[in-house]
Amino acid sequence: MSKINHCFTTLRQKARTALIPFITAGDPEPEMTVPLMHALVKGGADIIELGIPFSDPMADGPVIQRASERALVHGTSLRDVIAMVADFRKDNSETPVVLMGYLNPVEVMGYLPFADTSANAGVDGVLIVDLPPEEAGSLRVSLNQKDLDQIFLIAPNTSEERLDMICNLARGFLYYVSLKGITGSDRLDVDSVKEKLQRIRTRTDLPLGVGFGIKDARTAAQLGKISDAVIIGSALVERISAFNGKTDELPGVITIFLSSIRHALDAV
Amino acid sequence: MHKMNSEAGTAHLYRSDMAVQLPDEAGHFGPYGGRFVAETLMGPLEELTVAYKRYIQDPDFLAEFDDELRNYVGRPSPLYHAKRWSEKLGVAQIYLKREDLNHTGAHKINNTVGQALLAKRMGKNRVIAETGAGQHGVATATVAARLGMECVVYMGSEDIRRQAINVFRMKLLGAVVVPVEAGSKTLKDALNEAMRDWVSHVDNTFYIIGTVAGPHPYPVMVRDFQAIIGREARQQCIQQTGRLPDVLIACVGGGSNAIGLFYPFIGDRNVAMFGVEAGGEGIETGRHAASLNAGSPGVLHGNRTYLLEDKDGQIIETHSVSAGLDYPGVGPEHAWLKDSGRANYVVINDDEALAAFHDLTRTEGIMPALESSHALAYATKLAPETEKDRIIIVNLSGRGDKDIHTVATRAGIDI
Repeated sequence: MSKINHCFTTLRQKARTALIPFITAGDPEPEMTVPLMHALVKGGADIIELGIPFSDPMADGPVIQRASERALVHGTSLRDVIAMVADFRKDNSETPVVLMGYLNPVEVMGYLPFADTSANAGVDGVLIVDLPPEEAGSLRVSLNQKDLDQIFLIAPNTSEERLDMICNLARGFLYYVSLKGITGSDRLDVDSVKEKLQRIRTRTDLPLGVGFGIKDARTAAQLGKISDAVIIGSALVERISAFNGKTDELPGVITIFLSSIRHALDAV
Repeated sequence: MHKMNSEAGTAHLYRSDMAVQLPDEAGHFGPYGGRFVAETLMGPLEELTVAYKRYIQDPDFLAEFDDELRNYVGRPSPLYHAKRWSEKLGVAQIYLKREDLNHTGAHKINNTVGQALLAKRMGKNRVIAETGAGQHGVATATVAARLGMECVVYMGSEDIRRQAINVFRMKLLGAVVVPVEAGSKTLKDALNEAMRDWVSHVDNTFYIIGTVAGPHPYPVMVRDFQAIIGREARQQCIQQTGRLPDVLIACVGGGSNAIGLFYPFIGDRNVAMFGVEAGGEGIETGRHAASLNAGSPGVLHGNRTYLLEDKDGQIIETHSVSAGLDYPGVGPEHAWLKDSGRANYVVINDDEALAAFHDLTRTEGIMPALESSHALAYATKLAPETEKDRIIIVNLSGRGDKDIHTVATRAGIDI
């Protein structure tokens, strides 16, 4: 059983919703990423999504775009990101880590070297935003060889046929994009998310995570009631970018912010 | 004239004898092309593909498209025998396909008319576009005004600064021009931003991509709307000279004017094809936009193709004196034509393109766009080397009025 599956099984037994924070590796600087990952765990993260910086993040809003730009100023490469996970694993062997990013850096590294290096570093899952299942065949072969879970997105406008195809291929969990838009948008409609999640539930036993546009503890709590996992990205990255105190105080601030979401989720 | 136009018209969009029947159902040209986008765009792209396949075979749609090309765009564009320039260069006979004479001054309008008519059929009343030099933005704003549609154009803030006249032109036409501040603030970033707009407004919005790149069906759809260039040129060449040309030359940024000229000749094995990329200050300086000559395969903007990227897979900034060629990728069909050997891709530097600009202006009284000047410059290299009376067709994809400030600045003149 993969670490991600194990995580969700345990949480289900406790009737607890998974909290999945997203940060971009290398933001605000590469040395901060591993301390921030530990800070997220301390704040109640069950799984960590670690963003691979990319020069052209087409599906992301301005907040995560700028996080990529900050990370790229320091030259943060895919190999650096994987090395950060290995570093994180020195002190944490439990919390699953999912790499999330765009295909081109993975293409350049090569699918098998990517899967091999990631698995050795302790990565558990991979979500490539611009790789729909139709084009994902050869990467899937490499990821499967190394027992890495390939995670797919489902959107509000995903057709029934595609839903079946995605449910058949996905591993780990399904990432439901809660709105038609980019990350960090503010048009989230909880009722329509609920209806779509019910439709997906009739087709799969995979855990359902919800992300895109979750800004605060209140929305997180509402979505926590109807999903297995809540993903917090832009709201968290916004706090990292707005922080202007001493760098070594940032992890503490992030722990406090995530704890507020954790408490809201657990209070439901 | 009328007879020629109807024979070269859109009814022959699919030539059954075409030697190469690409792309496949999923938009692949060999290993290139495809559909690499986030899940939210998969539905809209499928909807677009279905509508495109339907209307491209629909007689009413094709008749309307033909009529717009003839009476609004001003087609067919002439195939002009540049006799004085040919004589000056040597033994070859050079013919110019005069896309600069189209309404709005470039080939871009062929495609924007096609896509806007399709948008109307699909019930979308808002069109968006990305633009670099502003030619595609102007062409989109023009058809939006013509059809009474809302129009938003995304443009890098750096390009807005460089192309102030085209920005004002778009505004006069009623379009909203949105400056893009992300990344390198140029065409690639404008494309990212237009994609983000489309994801957020898919229900009422049609995204008019200006080149033969992007996720399927854009590369094939834009090709089919631009192929009128090559169909006319093929027929005009036969009428004027009694035979097919020996050589085709076109500039390649994303590659829409080049594919438009090349595609109807792909089955004519004896017709050589040269795509000319922007060498900027020289390939060796790293300041260029020659993705086929100096790039490597990767995935950007929804398709797999040759890209200018660093060792970590990050897209790098490009440079060319002509903003329209300043793009780090290239259409996937060009990537395929390169690998298959059917077309050749060569490089012309800024200085060579500028020399050709002045040369054609003085010799033929035709002021070419700096993009097209790259193709012309390659003709000046090739012409002296070919056998006597070889026929070379150069796609004169746009007029040079938009570039006079750049040309003046390079010459140290303040106008």
